[in-house]
Amino acid sequence: MTTKLLEARDLCAFYGPTQALYGVAFSVEAGGITTLLGANGAGKTTTLRALSAMVRTSGDIRFDGRSIAGRATEDIVRLGIAHVPEGRGTFVRLTVEENLHLGATTRHDRAGIAADIERVFVYFPRLKERRHQQAGTLSGGEQQMLAIARGLMLRPRLLLLDEPSFGLAPLLVQELFATLRRLNQEGGVSLLLVEQNASLALDLADSAYLLETGRVVMAGPAREIRKDEGIRRAYLGY
Amino acid sequence: MELFLHQFLAGLATGGIYALMALAIVMIYQAIDSLNFAQGEMAMFSTFIAWQLLQWQFPFWAAFFLTIAIAFVGGFVIERVVFKPIRHAHQLAHIVVFIALFAIINSMAGFLWDFSIKNFPSPFGSHALFGQRLISAHDAGMIGVTLLILALLYGFFRYTRVGLSMRAAAANPESARLVGVRVGRMVALGWGMAAAIGSVAGMMIAPVVFLEPNMMTSILLYGFAGAVVGGLTSPGGAVIGGFAVGVIENLAGTFVPYVGRELKLSIALVLIVAVLTVKPSGLLGERTVHRV
Repeated sequence: MTTKLLEARDLCAFYGPTQALYGVAFSVEAGGITTLLGANGAGKTTTLRALSAMVRTSGDIRFDGRSIAGRATEDIVRLGIAHVPEGRGTFVRLTVEENLHLGATTRHDRAGIAADIERVFVYFPRLKERRHQQAGTLSGGEQQMLAIARGLMLRPRLLLLDEPSFGLAPLLVQELFATLRRLNQEGGVSLLLVEQNASLALDLADSAYLLETGRVVMAGPAREIRKDEGIRRAYLGY
Repeated sequence: MELFLHQFLAGLATGGIYALMALAIVMIYQAIDSLNFAQGEMAMFSTFIAWQLLQWQFPFWAAFFLTIAIAFVGGFVIERVVFKPIRHAHQLAHIVVFIALFAIINSMAGFLWDFSIKNFPSPFGSHALFGQRLISAHDAGMIGVTLLILALLYGFFRYTRVGLSMRAAAANPESARLVGVRVGRMVALGWGMAAAIGSVAGMMIAPVVFLEPNMMTSILLYGFAGAVVGGLTSPGGAVIGGFAVGVIENLAGTFVPYVGRELKLSIALVLIVAVLTVKPSGLLGERTVHRV
Protein backbone atom coordinates (compact mmCIF):
# COMPACT_ATOMS: atom_id res chain seq x y z
CA MET A 1 0.00 0.00 0.00
CA THR A 2 1.28 3.43 -0.93
CA THR A 3 1.45 6.19 1.64
CA LYS A 4 -0.45 9.41 1.39
CA LEU A 5 1.70 12.55 1.48
CA LEU A 6 -1.21 14.94 1.55
CA GLU A 7 -4.75 14.21 2.56
CA ALA A 8 -7.64 16.64 2.86
CA ARG A 9 -10.91 15.68 4.46
CA ASP A 10 -14.11 17.66 4.71
CA LEU A 11 -12.31 20.78 3.52
CA CYS A 12 -14.43 23.93 3.41
CA ALA A 13 -13.23 27.39 2.41
CA PHE A 14 -14.75 30.84 2.79
CA TYR A 15 -14.22 34.24 1.20
CA GLY A 16 -15.75 36.49 3.80
CA PRO A 17 -19.31 35.25 4.23
CA THR A 18 -19.25 33.33 0.94
CA GLN A 19 -18.52 29.64 1.05
CA ALA A 20 -16.43 28.37 -1.87
CA LEU A 21 -15.65 24.77 -0.93
CA TYR A 22 -18.11 22.30 0.57
CA GLY A 23 -16.42 19.36 2.25
CA VAL A 24 -13.82 18.52 -0.37
CA ALA A 25 -11.75 15.36 0.14
CA PHE A 26 -8.71 14.29 -1.87
CA SER A 27 -5.18 13.00 -1.45
CA VAL A 28 -1.76 13.01 -3.07
CA GLU A 29 0.36 9.84 -2.88
CA ALA A 30 4.00 10.16 -1.91
CA GLY A 31 5.83 10.48 -5.23
CA GLY A 32 2.53 10.73 -7.07
CA ILE A 33 0.81 13.27 -9.26
CA THR A 34 -2.76 14.28 -8.52
CA THR A 35 -4.76 16.63 -10.66
CA LEU A 36 -7.82 18.70 -9.85
CA LEU A 37 -10.07 19.29 -12.83
CA GLY A 38 -13.11 21.43 -13.26
CA ALA A 39 -14.57 24.44 -14.98
CA ASN A 40 -13.87 28.06 -14.06
CA GLY A 41 -15.19 28.80 -10.60
CA ALA A 42 -15.36 25.15 -9.56
CA GLY A 43 -13.01 25.81 -6.65
CA LYS A 44 -9.68 24.47 -7.96
CA THR A 45 -7.64 27.55 -7.13
CA THR A 46 -9.47 27.92 -3.85
CA THR A 47 -8.50 24.38 -2.92
CA LEU A 48 -4.81 25.20 -3.39
CA ARG A 49 -5.24 28.46 -1.49
CA ALA A 50 -6.90 26.53 1.31
CA LEU A 51 -3.91 24.20 1.51
CA SER A 52 -1.59 27.22 1.86
CA ALA A 53 -3.83 28.91 4.44
CA MET A 54 -4.53 31.86 2.18
CA VAL A 55 -8.30 31.65 2.72
CA ARG A 56 -10.36 30.90 5.80
CA THR A 57 -10.89 27.15 6.01
CA SER A 58 -12.38 24.43 8.12
CA GLY A 59 -11.82 20.70 7.95
CA ASP A 60 -8.73 18.56 8.20
CA ILE A 61 -5.55 18.74 6.13
CA ARG A 62 -2.82 16.22 6.84
CA PHE A 63 0.67 16.44 5.43
CA ASP A 64 2.90 13.47 6.06
CA GLY A 65 0.44 12.25 8.66
CA ARG A 66 0.41 15.48 10.68
CA SER A 67 -2.43 17.97 10.72
CA ILE A 68 -1.48 21.33 9.20
CA ALA A 69 -4.89 22.96 9.49
CA GLY A 70 -4.69 26.32 11.23
CA ARG A 71 -1.01 26.92 10.49
CA ALA A 72 0.17 30.16 8.89
CA THR A 73 1.20 30.27 5.23
CA GLU A 74 4.85 30.89 6.14
CA ASP A 75 4.94 27.79 8.34
CA ILE A 76 3.30 25.53 5.78
CA VAL A 77 6.05 26.51 3.32
CA ARG A 78 8.58 25.36 5.89
CA LEU A 79 7.12 21.85 5.84
CA GLY A 80 8.19 21.54 2.20
CA ILE A 81 5.03 22.57 0.35
CA ALA A 82 5.80 24.96 -2.51
CA HIS A 83 2.86 26.79 -4.04
CA VAL A 84 3.20 28.24 -7.53
CA PRO A 85 0.20 30.55 -7.66
CA GLU A 86 -2.09 31.38 -10.54
CA GLY A 87 -0.82 34.37 -12.47
CA ARG A 88 2.63 33.25 -11.35
CA GLY A 89 3.23 35.79 -8.58
CA THR A 90 6.80 36.53 -9.59
CA PHE A 91 8.54 39.54 -8.12
CA VAL A 92 8.64 41.56 -11.32
CA ARG A 93 11.06 44.25 -10.15
CA LEU A 94 13.60 41.75 -8.86
CA THR A 95 16.04 39.86 -11.06
CA VAL A 96 15.63 36.23 -12.03
CA GLU A 97 18.39 35.25 -9.63
CA GLU A 98 16.86 37.25 -6.76
CA ASN A 99 13.54 35.52 -7.40
CA LEU A 100 15.28 32.16 -7.15
CA HIS A 101 17.06 33.15 -3.95
CA LEU A 102 13.69 34.13 -2.48
CA GLY A 103 12.44 30.64 -3.25
CA ALA A 104 15.11 29.41 -0.83
CA THR A 105 14.15 31.88 1.92
CA THR A 106 13.55 29.09 4.41
CA ARG A 107 16.88 27.37 3.76
CA HIS A 108 20.25 28.20 5.28
CA ASP A 109 22.66 25.98 3.36
CA ARG A 110 24.46 28.57 1.26
CA ALA A 111 26.32 26.05 -0.87
CA GLY A 112 23.23 23.94 -1.42
CA ILE A 113 21.27 26.97 -2.58
CA ALA A 114 23.96 27.93 -5.08
CA ALA A 115 24.03 24.35 -6.36
CA ASP A 116 20.25 24.24 -6.66
CA ILE A 117 20.22 27.45 -8.68
CA GLU A 118 22.53 25.77 -11.19
CA ARG A 119 20.30 22.70 -11.07
CA VAL A 120 17.11 24.58 -11.96
CA PHE A 121 19.06 26.25 -14.76
CA VAL A 122 19.54 22.77 -16.20
CA TYR A 123 15.78 22.25 -16.17
CA PHE A 124 15.09 25.75 -17.47
CA PRO A 125 18.09 26.89 -19.57
CA ARG A 126 16.28 30.06 -20.71
CA LEU A 127 16.42 31.36 -17.17
CA LYS A 128 20.19 31.05 -17.07
CA GLU A 129 20.54 33.39 -20.04
CA ARG A 130 18.35 35.91 -18.26
CA ARG A 131 19.59 35.49 -14.72
CA HIS A 132 20.41 39.18 -14.24
CA GLN A 133 17.28 40.51 -15.96
CA GLN A 134 14.29 41.88 -14.09
CA ALA A 135 11.60 39.20 -13.94
CA GLY A 136 9.05 41.65 -15.35
CA THR A 137 10.93 41.76 -18.65
CA LEU A 138 10.56 38.01 -19.24
CA SER A 139 7.96 36.57 -21.58
CA GLY A 140 4.91 34.84 -20.15
CA GLY A 141 6.39 31.41 -20.66
CA GLU A 142 9.68 32.38 -19.07
CA GLN A 143 7.88 33.88 -16.08
CA GLN A 144 5.98 30.61 -15.67
CA MET A 145 9.26 28.71 -15.70
CA LEU A 146 10.69 31.14 -13.19
CA ALA A 147 7.70 30.65 -10.89
CA ILE A 148 8.14 26.87 -10.99
CA ALA A 149 11.90 27.15 -10.61
CA ARG A 150 11.37 29.40 -7.59
CA GLY A 151 9.09 26.76 -6.12
CA LEU A 152 11.78 24.11 -6.65
CA MET A 153 14.34 26.21 -4.77
CA LEU A 154 12.49 25.24 -1.60
CA ARG A 155 13.45 21.60 -2.31
CA PRO A 156 9.78 20.85 -1.87
CA ARG A 157 8.29 17.47 -1.13
CA LEU A 158 5.04 18.64 -2.64
CA LEU A 159 4.59 21.18 -5.42
CA LEU A 160 1.21 22.87 -5.81
CA LEU A 161 0.81 24.11 -9.38
CA ASP A 162 -2.04 26.43 -10.34
CA GLU A 163 -2.69 26.46 -14.09
CA PRO A 164 0.92 26.15 -15.22
CA SER A 165 -0.14 26.00 -18.89
CA PHE A 166 -2.13 29.22 -18.73
CA GLY A 167 -1.26 31.62 -21.53
CA LEU A 168 1.56 29.51 -22.92
CA ALA A 169 2.09 28.54 -26.54
CA PRO A 170 1.23 24.84 -27.19
CA LEU A 171 4.86 23.93 -27.85
CA LEU A 172 5.95 25.48 -24.55
CA VAL A 173 3.20 23.63 -22.74
CA GLN A 174 4.49 20.30 -24.08
CA GLU A 175 7.98 21.21 -22.97
CA LEU A 176 6.79 22.32 -19.55
CA PHE A 177 4.84 19.14 -18.91
CA ALA A 178 7.80 17.02 -19.97
CA THR A 179 9.86 18.93 -17.41
CA LEU A 180 7.23 18.37 -14.74
CA ARG A 181 7.32 14.65 -15.44
CA ARG A 182 11.11 14.66 -15.12
CA LEU A 183 10.91 16.55 -11.84
CA ASN A 184 8.49 13.99 -10.51
CA GLN A 185 10.43 10.95 -11.68
CA GLU A 186 14.02 12.10 -11.14
CA GLY A 187 13.51 14.53 -8.26
CA GLY A 188 10.81 12.59 -6.44
CA VAL A 189 8.65 15.70 -6.07
CA SER A 190 4.98 14.95 -5.60
CA LEU A 191 2.66 17.20 -7.58
CA LEU A 192 -0.81 18.57 -7.07
CA LEU A 193 -1.80 20.05 -10.38
CA VAL A 194 -4.72 22.35 -11.13
CA GLU A 195 -5.27 22.56 -14.85
CA GLN A 196 -7.77 23.79 -17.41
CA ASN A 197 -6.20 21.57 -20.01
CA ALA A 198 -7.75 18.31 -18.80
CA SER A 199 -6.24 16.15 -21.51
CA LEU A 200 -2.68 17.15 -20.64
CA ALA A 201 -3.31 16.90 -16.93
CA LEU A 202 -4.77 13.41 -17.20
CA ASP A 203 -1.77 12.27 -19.25
CA LEU A 204 0.58 13.39 -16.51
CA ALA A 205 -1.37 12.53 -13.39
CA ASP A 206 -1.98 9.18 -11.78
CA SER A 207 -5.11 10.20 -9.92
CA ALA A 208 -7.71 12.84 -10.66
CA TYR A 209 -10.59 14.64 -8.98
CA LEU A 210 -13.33 16.52 -10.71
CA LEU A 211 -14.66 19.60 -8.91
CA GLU A 212 -18.01 21.25 -9.54
CA THR A 213 -19.20 24.30 -7.59
CA GLY A 214 -16.97 23.56 -4.64
CA ARG A 215 -17.61 19.80 -4.39
CA VAL A 216 -15.78 16.70 -5.61
CA VAL A 217 -18.14 15.02 -8.02
CA MET A 218 -15.84 12.33 -9.35
CA ALA A 219 -12.57 10.77 -8.24
CA GLY A 220 -10.35 7.94 -9.39
CA PRO A 221 -7.21 6.89 -11.24
CA ALA A 222 -6.47 9.27 -14.10
CA ARG A 223 -6.70 6.61 -16.81
CA GLU A 224 -10.20 5.64 -15.70
CA ILE A 225 -11.39 9.22 -15.41
CA ARG A 226 -10.10 9.75 -18.93
CA LYS A 227 -12.35 6.96 -20.23
CA ASP A 228 -15.45 8.37 -18.58
CA GLU A 229 -18.05 9.42 -21.11
CA GLY A 230 -19.13 12.58 -19.28
CA ILE A 231 -15.60 13.82 -18.71
CA ARG A 232 -14.69 13.17 -22.29
CA ARG A 233 -17.56 15.27 -23.58
CA ALA A 234 -17.37 18.08 -21.08
CA TYR A 235 -13.64 18.53 -20.59
CA LEU A 236 -11.75 16.71 -23.32
CA GLY A 237 -13.90 17.91 -26.18
CA TYR A 238 -14.22 14.85 -28.37
CA MET B 1 29.42 82.97 -7.12
CA GLU B 2 30.88 82.19 -3.73
CA LEU B 3 27.55 83.01 -2.12
CA PHE B 4 25.82 80.68 -4.55
CA LEU B 5 28.25 77.85 -3.85
CA HIS B 6 28.00 78.43 -0.12
CA GLN B 7 24.20 78.30 -0.20
CA PHE B 8 24.26 75.31 -2.50
CA LEU B 9 26.47 73.33 -0.13
CA ALA B 10 24.45 74.39 2.91
CA GLY B 11 21.36 73.26 0.99
CA LEU B 12 22.97 69.90 0.34
CA ALA B 13 23.71 69.54 4.05
CA THR B 14 20.15 70.16 5.22
CA GLY B 15 18.94 68.31 2.12
CA GLY B 16 20.73 65.25 3.45
CA ILE B 17 18.59 65.41 6.57
CA TYR B 18 15.45 65.80 4.47
CA ALA B 19 16.64 62.84 2.42
CA LEU B 20 16.93 60.71 5.54
CA MET B 21 13.46 61.73 6.70
CA ALA B 22 12.06 61.11 3.21
CA LEU B 23 13.69 57.69 3.22
CA ALA B 24 12.15 56.83 6.58
CA ILE B 25 8.74 57.95 5.30
CA VAL B 26 9.08 55.87 2.13
CA MET B 27 10.14 52.78 4.07
CA ILE B 28 6.98 52.83 6.13
CA TYR B 29 4.84 53.86 3.17
CA GLN B 30 6.14 50.84 1.24
CA ALA B 31 5.24 48.55 4.11
CA ILE B 32 1.78 49.78 5.06
CA ASP B 33 0.70 52.27 2.35
CA SER B 34 0.35 55.10 4.85
CA LEU B 35 2.33 58.24 5.58
CA ASN B 36 3.80 58.23 9.06
CA PHE B 37 2.94 61.66 10.43
CA ALA B 38 4.68 60.77 13.67
CA GLN B 39 8.04 60.13 11.94
CA GLY B 40 9.34 63.56 12.94
CA GLU B 41 8.21 63.20 16.54
CA MET B 42 9.84 59.78 16.79
CA ALA B 43 13.08 61.36 15.56
CA MET B 44 12.70 64.26 18.00
CA PHE B 45 12.11 61.89 20.92
CA SER B 46 15.19 59.86 19.95
CA THR B 47 17.24 63.05 19.87
CA PHE B 48 16.07 63.86 23.41
CA ILE B 49 17.19 60.39 24.47
CA ALA B 50 20.60 61.14 22.98
CA TRP B 51 20.65 64.48 24.81
CA GLN B 52 19.79 62.72 28.07
CA LEU B 53 22.58 60.22 27.54
CA LEU B 54 24.99 63.10 26.92
CA GLN B 55 23.79 64.71 30.15
CA TRP B 56 24.72 61.47 31.86
CA GLN B 57 28.25 61.95 30.55
CA PHE B 58 28.18 59.39 27.77
CA PRO B 59 30.78 60.12 25.07
CA PHE B 60 29.10 61.52 21.96
CA TRP B 61 29.50 58.54 19.67
CA ALA B 62 28.46 56.08 22.37
CA ALA B 63 25.29 58.10 22.91
CA PHE B 64 24.85 58.32 19.14
CA PHE B 65 24.92 54.58 18.50
CA LEU B 66 23.01 53.70 21.65
CA THR B 67 20.28 56.10 20.56
CA ILE B 68 20.10 54.48 17.12
CA ALA B 69 19.67 51.09 18.80
CA ILE B 70 16.98 52.40 21.16
CA ALA B 71 15.15 54.07 18.26
CA PHE B 72 15.26 50.83 16.28
CA VAL B 73 13.75 48.84 19.12
CA GLY B 74 11.20 51.60 19.71
CA GLY B 75 10.06 51.61 16.09
CA PHE B 76 9.86 47.82 16.06
CA VAL B 77 7.78 47.78 19.24
CA ILE B 78 5.44 50.55 18.05
CA GLU B 79 4.63 48.47 14.97
CA ARG B 80 4.09 45.29 16.94
CA VAL B 81 1.99 46.89 19.68
CA VAL B 82 0.08 49.63 17.87
CA PHE B 83 -0.05 48.85 14.16
CA LYS B 84 -0.05 45.08 13.94
CA PRO B 85 -3.50 44.79 15.56
CA ILE B 86 -5.00 47.27 13.05
CA ARG B 87 -3.20 46.14 9.90
CA HIS B 88 -6.43 45.09 8.23
CA ALA B 89 -8.26 48.23 9.30
CA HIS B 90 -9.18 51.07 6.97
CA GLN B 91 -6.45 53.58 6.05
CA LEU B 92 -8.28 56.28 7.97
CA ALA B 93 -7.72 54.27 11.13
CA HIS B 94 -3.99 54.34 10.42
CA ILE B 95 -4.05 58.09 9.93
CA VAL B 96 -5.89 58.64 13.19
CA VAL B 97 -3.36 56.49 15.04
CA PHE B 98 -0.47 58.37 13.43
CA ILE B 99 -1.95 61.66 14.62
CA ALA B 100 -2.44 60.20 18.08
CA LEU B 101 1.18 59.02 18.14
CA PHE B 102 2.26 62.48 17.04
CA ALA B 103 0.40 64.13 19.92
CA ILE B 104 1.44 61.55 22.51
CA ILE B 105 5.14 61.58 21.66
CA ASN B 106 5.20 65.36 21.42
CA SER B 107 3.63 65.94 24.81
CA MET B 108 5.63 63.11 26.39
CA ALA B 109 8.82 64.87 25.33
CA GLY B 110 7.48 68.13 26.70
CA PHE B 111 6.53 66.42 29.95
CA LEU B 112 9.87 64.67 30.40
CA TRP B 113 12.23 67.38 29.19
CA ASP B 114 10.00 70.52 29.10
CA PHE B 115 9.61 72.86 26.15
CA SER B 116 12.66 75.04 26.70
CA ILE B 117 15.21 75.14 23.91
CA LYS B 118 18.33 73.06 24.52
CA ASN B 119 21.72 73.04 22.91
CA PHE B 120 22.72 69.84 21.18
CA PRO B 121 26.43 69.49 20.46
CA SER B 122 27.84 68.77 17.04
CA PRO B 123 30.42 65.99 16.89
CA PHE B 124 32.10 67.84 14.03
CA GLY B 125 32.23 71.31 15.61
CA SER B 126 30.92 74.49 14.07
CA HIS B 127 34.18 75.91 12.76
CA ALA B 128 34.70 76.41 9.05
CA LEU B 129 36.12 73.44 7.21
CA PHE B 130 39.76 73.85 6.14
CA GLY B 131 39.56 77.46 7.29
CA GLN B 132 37.38 78.34 4.31
CA ARG B 133 34.02 79.99 4.48
CA LEU B 134 32.50 77.68 1.88
CA ILE B 135 31.11 75.01 4.20
CA SER B 136 31.13 74.46 7.93
CA ALA B 137 32.52 71.32 9.46
CA HIS B 138 29.08 70.33 10.75
CA ASP B 139 27.49 70.73 7.32
CA ALA B 140 30.23 68.61 5.78
CA GLY B 141 29.74 66.05 8.54
CA MET B 142 26.00 65.92 7.91
CA ILE B 143 26.56 65.24 4.21
CA GLY B 144 29.11 62.56 5.09
CA VAL B 145 26.82 60.81 7.59
CA THR B 146 23.93 60.91 5.14
CA LEU B 147 25.99 59.38 2.35
CA LEU B 148 27.34 56.72 4.70
CA ILE B 149 23.84 55.69 5.76
CA LEU B 150 22.67 55.60 2.17
CA ALA B 151 25.59 53.35 1.24
CA LEU B 152 24.88 51.03 4.17
CA LEU B 153 21.20 50.80 3.28
CA TYR B 154 21.99 50.15 -0.36
CA GLY B 155 24.31 47.33 0.61
CA PHE B 156 21.75 45.92 3.04
CA PHE B 157 18.90 45.82 0.53
CA ARG B 158 21.05 44.72 -2.38
CA TYR B 159 23.29 42.08 -0.88
CA THR B 160 21.73 40.55 2.23
CA ARG B 161 19.06 37.89 2.50
CA VAL B 162 17.01 39.89 4.99
CA GLY B 163 17.18 42.91 2.69
CA LEU B 164 15.96 40.80 -0.21
CA SER B 165 13.11 39.41 1.91
CA MET B 166 12.11 42.95 2.91
CA ARG B 167 12.01 44.04 -0.73
CA ALA B 168 9.91 40.99 -1.60
CA ALA B 169 7.52 41.62 1.29
CA ALA B 170 7.01 45.22 0.17
CA ALA B 171 6.59 44.36 -3.51
CA ASN B 172 4.22 41.43 -3.21
CA PRO B 173 3.24 40.35 0.32
CA GLU B 174 1.19 37.37 -0.80
CA SER B 175 3.92 35.85 -2.94
CA ALA B 176 6.45 36.65 -0.24
CA ARG B 177 4.43 34.57 2.25
CA LEU B 178 4.30 31.74 -0.26
CA VAL B 179 8.08 31.50 -0.30
CA GLY B 180 8.16 31.63 3.48
CA VAL B 181 9.01 35.28 4.16
CA ARG B 182 7.56 36.32 7.53
CA VAL B 183 5.95 39.45 6.15
CA GLY B 184 4.72 40.83 9.49
CA ARG B 185 8.22 40.64 10.93
CA MET B 186 9.61 42.40 7.86
CA VAL B 187 7.12 45.23 8.32
CA ALA B 188 8.21 45.64 11.95
CA LEU B 189 11.85 45.55 10.84
CA GLY B 190 11.05 48.33 8.36
CA TRP B 191 9.57 50.38 11.19
CA GLY B 192 12.64 49.82 13.31
CA MET B 193 14.93 50.87 10.50
CA ALA B 194 12.82 53.93 9.69
CA ALA B 195 12.93 54.99 13.34
CA ALA B 196 16.70 54.45 13.45
CA ILE B 197 17.23 56.50 10.29
CA GLY B 198 14.99 59.22 11.74
CA SER B 199 17.02 59.29 14.93
CA VAL B 200 20.20 59.95 12.94
CA ALA B 201 18.43 62.77 11.10
CA GLY B 202 17.31 64.22 14.44
CA MET B 203 20.76 64.07 16.03
CA MET B 204 22.36 65.62 12.96
CA ILE B 205 19.90 68.50 12.60
CA ALA B 206 19.54 69.26 16.33
CA PRO B 207 22.78 71.32 16.51
CA VAL B 208 21.37 73.48 13.70
CA VAL B 209 17.75 74.00 14.78
CA PHE B 210 18.21 73.51 18.57
CA LEU B 211 16.55 70.77 20.54
CA GLU B 212 12.92 71.20 21.56
CA PRO B 213 9.76 69.12 21.16
CA ASN B 214 8.64 70.92 17.98
CA MET B 215 11.99 70.91 16.25
CA MET B 216 11.09 68.27 13.65
CA THR B 217 7.79 69.71 12.45
CA SER B 218 9.22 71.71 9.57
CA ILE B 219 11.92 69.11 8.91
CA LEU B 220 9.22 66.47 8.47
CA LEU B 221 7.36 68.73 6.06
CA TYR B 222 10.51 69.07 3.97
CA GLY B 223 10.94 65.30 4.23
CA PHE B 224 7.41 64.79 2.90
CA ALA B 225 8.20 67.20 0.08
CA GLY B 226 11.34 65.23 -0.72
CA ALA B 227 9.46 61.94 -0.68
CA VAL B 228 6.72 63.31 -2.94
CA VAL B 229 9.19 64.92 -5.35
CA GLY B 230 11.14 61.69 -5.65
CA GLY B 231 8.16 59.39 -5.66
CA LEU B 232 6.69 57.70 -2.60
CA THR B 233 7.43 54.25 -3.94
CA SER B 234 11.11 54.83 -4.67
CA PRO B 235 13.76 54.97 -1.92
CA GLY B 236 16.33 56.26 -4.42
CA GLY B 237 13.89 58.91 -5.59
CA ALA B 238 13.18 59.99 -2.02
CA VAL B 239 16.88 60.56 -1.41
CA ILE B 240 17.31 62.62 -4.57
CA GLY B 241 14.08 64.46 -3.75
CA GLY B 242 15.31 65.26 -0.23
CA PHE B 243 18.60 66.69 -1.48
CA ALA B 244 16.77 68.64 -4.19
CA VAL B 245 14.33 70.15 -1.70
CA GLY B 246 17.22 71.22 0.55
CA VAL B 247 19.04 72.95 -2.28
CA ILE B 248 15.93 74.57 -3.77
CA GLU B 249 14.81 75.80 -0.37
CA ASN B 250 18.17 77.36 0.38
CA LEU B 251 18.74 78.94 -3.01
CA ALA B 252 15.19 80.31 -3.21
CA GLY B 253 15.53 81.72 0.30
CA THR B 254 18.69 83.55 -0.74
CA PHE B 255 18.08 84.61 -4.30
CA VAL B 256 14.32 84.91 -4.83
CA PRO B 257 13.12 88.25 -3.49
CA TYR B 258 10.48 88.21 -0.73
CA VAL B 259 11.02 84.54 0.07
CA GLY B 260 13.77 85.06 2.62
CA ARG B 261 13.68 83.17 5.88
CA GLU B 262 9.98 83.57 6.57
CA LEU B 263 8.52 82.06 3.42
CA LYS B 264 11.04 79.23 3.08
CA LEU B 265 8.70 76.63 4.52
CA SER B 266 6.01 77.38 1.98
CA ILE B 267 8.45 76.28 -0.72
CA ALA B 268 8.03 72.73 0.54
CA LEU B 269 4.25 73.05 0.21
CA VAL B 270 4.52 74.59 -3.26
CA LEU B 271 6.75 71.69 -4.31
CA ILE B 272 4.32 69.11 -2.95
CA VAL B 273 1.36 70.67 -4.74
CA ALA B 274 3.29 71.21 -7.96
CA VAL B 275 4.57 67.63 -8.13
CA LEU B 276 1.20 66.13 -7.26
CA THR B 277 -0.42 68.21 -9.99
CA VAL B 278 2.12 67.65 -12.76
CA LYS B 279 3.58 64.21 -12.06
CA PRO B 280 1.86 62.51 -9.12
CA SER B 281 4.19 59.52 -9.21
CA GLY B 282 7.21 61.76 -8.60
CA LEU B 283 10.61 61.67 -10.28
CA LEU B 284 11.33 57.96 -9.93
CA GLY B 285 8.10 56.62 -8.50
CA GLU B 286 6.20 53.78 -10.02
CA ARG B 287 2.81 54.45 -11.50
CA THR B 288 0.40 52.01 -10.01
CA VAL B 289 -2.20 50.78 -12.41
CA HIS B 290 -5.32 49.34 -10.90
CA ARG B 291 -7.36 46.92 -12.92
CA VAL B 292 -11.05 47.63 -12.77
